[in-house]
Amino acid sequence: MSDPLLRCHALTRRFGALAALNGVSLEVEARERRAIIGPNGAGKTTLFDLITGELTPSAGHVEFAGRTISGLPPHAVARRGISRSYQRTNAFRHLTAGENLRLAAAAGARENFRLLAAPPPPASTSAAVREVAHAVGLGARLDILAGRLSHGEQRQLELGIALATRPRLLLLDEPTAGMSPAETQRMVRLLAALPREVTCLIIEHDMDLVFTLADRVSVLHHGEVLAEGLPAAVRGDPRVHEVYLGSGGEA
Amino acid sequence: MAQALNGLEYGMLLFLLSVGLTLIFGMLGVVNLAHGSFYALGAYAGIAVAVFTGSFWLALCVAPLVVAGVGAAIERSCLRPLYARGPNAQVLLTFGFIYVFDDLLRWLWGSHVRSVAPPAALAGVVALGPGRFPVYRIFVILFGLAVALLLWLALERTRLGAIVRAGVWDAEMAAGLGVNVARVFTAVFAAGAGLAALAGVVAVPIQAAYPGMGVEILVRTLIVVVIGGLGSLEGSLAGSLILGQAETFGKAWLPDSSMFIIYGVMAAVLLLRPTGLFGRALR
Amino acid sequence: MRSARRLALAGLVAVAALPWLVGSYPVKLAQEILIWGIFAMSLDLLMGYAGMLSFGHSAFFGLGGYVAALALRGWSPSLVSALVLPAAAAAAAGLVVGFLSIRVSGVYFIMLTLAFSQMFYAAAFNAEWLGASDGLPGVPRPRLIGLDLDRTEVFHLYILAFFVLALVALARVVRSPFGRVLRGVEDNERRMVALGYAVRRFKLAAFVVGATIAGVAGSLEAQFNGYISPEALFWTTSGEALLMVSIGGAGTLAGPVLGAAAFIGLQSLLSSYTEHWTLILGAAFIGFVLWAPEGLLGLARREAGG
Repeated sequence: MSDPLLRCHALTRRFGALAALNGVSLEVEARERRAIIGPNGAGKTTLFDLITGELTPSAGHVEFAGRTISGLPPHAVARRGISRSYQRTNAFRHLTAGENLRLAAAAGARENFRLLAAPPPPASTSAAVREVAHAVGLGARLDILAGRLSHGEQRQLELGIALATRPRLLLLDEPTAGMSPAETQRMVRLLAALPREVTCLIIEHDMDLVFTLADRVSVLHHGEVLAEGLPAAVRGDPRVHEVYLGSGGEA
Repeated sequence: MAQALNGLEYGMLLFLLSVGLTLIFGMLGVVNLAHGSFYALGAYAGIAVAVFTGSFWLALCVAPLVVAGVGAAIERSCLRPLYARGPNAQVLLTFGFIYVFDDLLRWLWGSHVRSVAPPAALAGVVALGPGRFPVYRIFVILFGLAVALLLWLALERTRLGAIVRAGVWDAEMAAGLGVNVARVFTAVFAAGAGLAALAGVVAVPIQAAYPGMGVEILVRTLIVVVIGGLGSLEGSLAGSLILGQAETFGKAWLPDSSMFIIYGVMAAVLLLRPTGLFGRALR
Repeated sequence: MRSARRLALAGLVAVAALPWLVGSYPVKLAQEILIWGIFAMSLDLLMGYAGMLSFGHSAFFGLGGYVAALALRGWSPSLVSALVLPAAAAAAAGLVVGFLSIRVSGVYFIMLTLAFSQMFYAAAFNAEWLGASDGLPGVPRPRLIGLDLDRTEVFHLYILAFFVLALVALARVVRSPFGRVLRGVEDNERRMVALGYAVRRFKLAAFVVGATIAGVAGSLEAQFNGYISPEALFWTTSGEALLMVSIGGAGTLAGPVLGAAAFIGLQSLLSSYTEHWTLILGAAFIGFVLWAPEGLLGLARREAGG
């Protein structure tokens, strides 16, 4: 078996006395779709922040494609091929949807530092932008300001921005947060249609989505990995039921 | 000795000014560039009251209240709509008020230097060791210390103080406690403006009043707040005492480069230790 | 778009013709507006495009003025003294100040840039060889092949040429891919970092470009007035330019120029009627911050858009 694409090694992050994440080890294979589930406050988003370098670990480290990335600044981690979406839409509100996607696609382009280069043609004419826009169902909305899109469309744009950097690893933080059932259905279809070359780590509360999309599931609880395995096995795990699925409060 | 006392007196003046600025920043997150204007307004309002009533003490009470009212009005009408728009709009707004107040003062009181004598009880000098020292300056030192003590008690022992200190940490949490944050914001801004005005009145018998006094003192106040730590009462006191001494002795020993060095220290603190001596990390 | 360009061109022609049409006072006013327009545009590159509210921009304006004054007085009255040296000095200072300042953000950036400009001010104020509080008087205008810049209309066209140069260069920069990156930073800096942009490098590049152009504006100011004083370095000089940018409309190039025209025009107009023009200007500025954050240009657009 080949080396995993992502390896989190005993990751710990403390905020004062509170350990948001406590010795989490995790391995994700290339092409895998892994769901991270767990009650609120389990440390899921903290895990993403540690992988992307937006937070530095108190202990432990992260390896990506065989090299340690902990300690690199976030933009350098992104350049290695890790991209993320946010739980709350985090787009460029005053730019058009197309410009949002182009900014994402152009990260790291050399011409960004050509101060006197000719103005580029409209974003909606760029092949890379059109391709991503099509993949997330925004092909006809490229000239709309991001802040004016509907909530569901903003979530699609959020995914599109993350995809447009052409990542090897995509971290999705609750892609269906706040969506109507119809919008959720649409998002599940979009995610299912993503190419397999993009390895995915998905934080999600929607159990249907988790069991539809995920190859494997990791359950976080109080900052630790409580269980990990195939979706069916995790669904049957009594401990998982107890903290998470059981009383039905969260799901 | 006299130098050190002068520095102490100047430091106390800076404390009265900077403590308001630092509390406003700690609570509201606003860097109030109009703070020097409140100081100047206080000085002129104090002169007006003192001349009209003949009582310096009345001026010391009335002028800060008037300026606090002005501060409350500004916070309610102009600053409140900007909290959602981030620091840039707030800073620009308070910068605009510098222009307004500067001109208003010239309009109302003319451009020449004005002063009032210290009250009779505080006139004269006392012998201190080999030298002599004006009584009024000693009063300023004691007055500053008294205000520091009162503020400390108010912050540590009263409910409003507890809220303000909580606000220094986390505005959302204060809202969670069922506190009317909007009203606390107004109160803190008004109190800060009032303290600046108090400094203005106290300064008049020593430094006199002139229209540019606000802008001139503002940057020094910012230095104090940065060195002490934004949002910290103790920091404001420590920073004031340090700058008071540094400027007084600097002018005597290094007249050409003392201000350059002091600005340099401000820059260095912002770069290396943005929380200053006593500041707490805001995030 | 095309009509806007035509309008700008017609405006430039009209401004160029001013010395032959009106008296010397309005011409001087126009020159001042052009110089401050350059300065305000350069500040807007930081403020409106990259989201950096700098109270330190006066440092580069004043530095350009001082370097030009020294070089024109003591070395040679050439274009190198009037343009190259001031721009280079401002760029170098911008690199250092910018490198340090962009490590912090928000109010810390505002205060740090303010502290730096005050360091420049304190240094000039106390330096005997820079004329201390009086500054440097008697700055000659450069001699260009066969051109007598002491003649009003020649000097007018000379300043206008610099203005057009700055405008064209900045227009090119803000529309380039680099300019688009700056807009992204202004809109959502954190996301730009998460996407893989080395945001600090872009901010620094913008800071240096802005500082360089501010240095040229400062040089022109010294040539225009015939002197330069520490006042040019004081932080409120940055504040005045920020005021112009806000009144005109941040995030555009026409805005700062419009703001400079409004500020200087209003100042001259009002000061002939009342001494209290700063009160009116300050109040107008507060009104813009509160109710029209997009400035005059935004208001015009709102009118046009219905």
